[in-house]
Amino acid sequence: MKQLPVIFKRELASYFSTPLAYVFILIFLVLSGVFTFYLGGFFESNQASLAPFFNFHPWLYLFLVPAIAMRLWAEERKSGSIELLMTLPVTRFEAVAGKFLAAWSFAGLALLLTFPMIITVNYLGEPDNGAIITGYLGSWLLAGAYLAVGSCMSALAKNQVIAFILAVAACFLFIVSGFPMLLDAFSGWAPQWLIDAVASLSFLIRFEAISKGVIDLRDLLYFLSFIVAWLAATALVVDLKKAD
Amino acid sequence: MIEITNLSKRFAQQLAVDNLSFSVAPGEVLGFLGPNGAGKSTTMKMLSGFLAPTSGTASIHGFDIQKQRLKAQQLIGYLPEGAPCYGDMRVQGFLEFIAEIRGFRGAEKRSRVAKASAQLELDKVLGQSIETLSKGFKRRVGLAQAILHDPRVLILDEPTDGLDPNQKHQVRQLIQGLAKDKIVIISTHILEEVSALCTRAVIIAGGRLLADGTPLELESRSRYHQAVTLLADAAVDSSALAALPGVAGVERNERDGSLTVLASAGQVIFPQVNQLIHQRGWAVREIEVERGRLDEVFRSLTRGEAA
Repeated sequence: MKQLPVIFKRELASYFSTPLAYVFILIFLVLSGVFTFYLGGFFESNQASLAPFFNFHPWLYLFLVPAIAMRLWAEERKSGSIELLMTLPVTRFEAVAGKFLAAWSFAGLALLLTFPMIITVNYLGEPDNGAIITGYLGSWLLAGAYLAVGSCMSALAKNQVIAFILAVAACFLFIVSGFPMLLDAFSGWAPQWLIDAVASLSFLIRFEAISKGVIDLRDLLYFLSFIVAWLAATALVVDLKKAD
Repeated sequence: MIEITNLSKRFAQQLAVDNLSFSVAPGEVLGFLGPNGAGKSTTMKMLSGFLAPTSGTASIHGFDIQKQRLKAQQLIGYLPEGAPCYGDMRVQGFLEFIAEIRGFRGAEKRSRVAKASAQLELDKVLGQSIETLSKGFKRRVGLAQAILHDPRVLILDEPTDGLDPNQKHQVRQLIQGLAKDKIVIISTHILEEVSALCTRAVIIAGGRLLADGTPLELESRSRYHQAVTLLADAAVDSSALAALPGVAGVERNERDGSLTVLASAGQVIFPQVNQLIHQRGWAVREIEVERGRLDEVFRSLTRGEAA
């Protein structure tokens, strides 16, 4: 565990050593504004709530979060620095978790920078600030889930673009797994428990519950175990693919 | 002590390292020689804990590189092939990162980084990002990273590749200065480096160990061992030289017209050759007794393997 903060610090700093961090934050803030005010109808809804803001996060993250995750391992493998990292006295867990937590903190930072939304909505009316806090928590957990998938895809592909596309595709599946159109495809032949299982994997239902202010321990556990499972897969893939 | 026992590594269809066994004691500087694709880098990757062996074991000062990987890795300084680094980091930041991973904090960290960068003359580039550095500087950053924690075992994969002759000399001196009670394993293509630096040379090809001895012992396997090369102004009777006792043959170098008199195995022929020169009164400008040619030994050992 001793080395985790060292890996974390290096990884987080590396986001800011290139323009990537600033470009990402800028695009995230602009897009979340556009989605909230134009597509979400923030003013038209006439409600002091950030629901129009959070509703678009699953879709916004679908493209933005894999962009943070794609470099995590693909870059190490491409440049060969993975050989350096894996021959330093660092456990797999420390390397995988340190990198993930750096990316997750970065996503959290971008999310925190949307604080003018909170000010705006508090200025305009009297929102349920508890729901706003859980909304942020849900959004951050959602970003973590996307990042964990992206981290695994980044370990799988040496090419960052391929890592990005794989991560978008995989995350998309976890969004739509709760949609009727996908569940209908199962309903003809599959047993009910399988349909329920597929539906319960969906990010959307869990995220919506949390962002409405309902914190169910099962939803939290879902996100956390989802992240842990994908990070374990990442460690496995790193071990298998590191020398390719 | 490094102990390598029946170490093998198989990639898909290809056996990269084939049942390799040897041990290295502290104080030894082991030169790892072999043609490209001989399995040098693969062996070093297994020793450093990067690759898992297909079979066999390796231990570093008693720590099994598989079962006690972290303990073994704490003792090792490793320069991977091509000296990969984090290109977007500055040299200072990168070395500090390595120092922290090695467990140094505060003043100790700063002094370790300062010492390593002084040893490799990196002071002027500490603020530069690594990707903007020349190949020679990148290699030296990689070396600085490897020696920073004063490791008991140094594994350097082609440490002088891409350096100019002055830098090569400097790195050799550095390694010699470090080597006293350490184990140093270097792989190289440069045979003069082995003679200049190593106390022991191991030649592998096709993943198998072909020769293991001091550079002098290997040189003595050469057909040029104890050969006498002479450059004379006037014509020299090469048949008289060939008839001397202990002489295996005479070769003429077309480029400068010198003659090389080869000795039979285990024979010393310089006295006879010298005597003949004096008897005949040949005007000899240069005369040299050869220790043997490492490159020739290398070729004759590894060519059969490649075929």
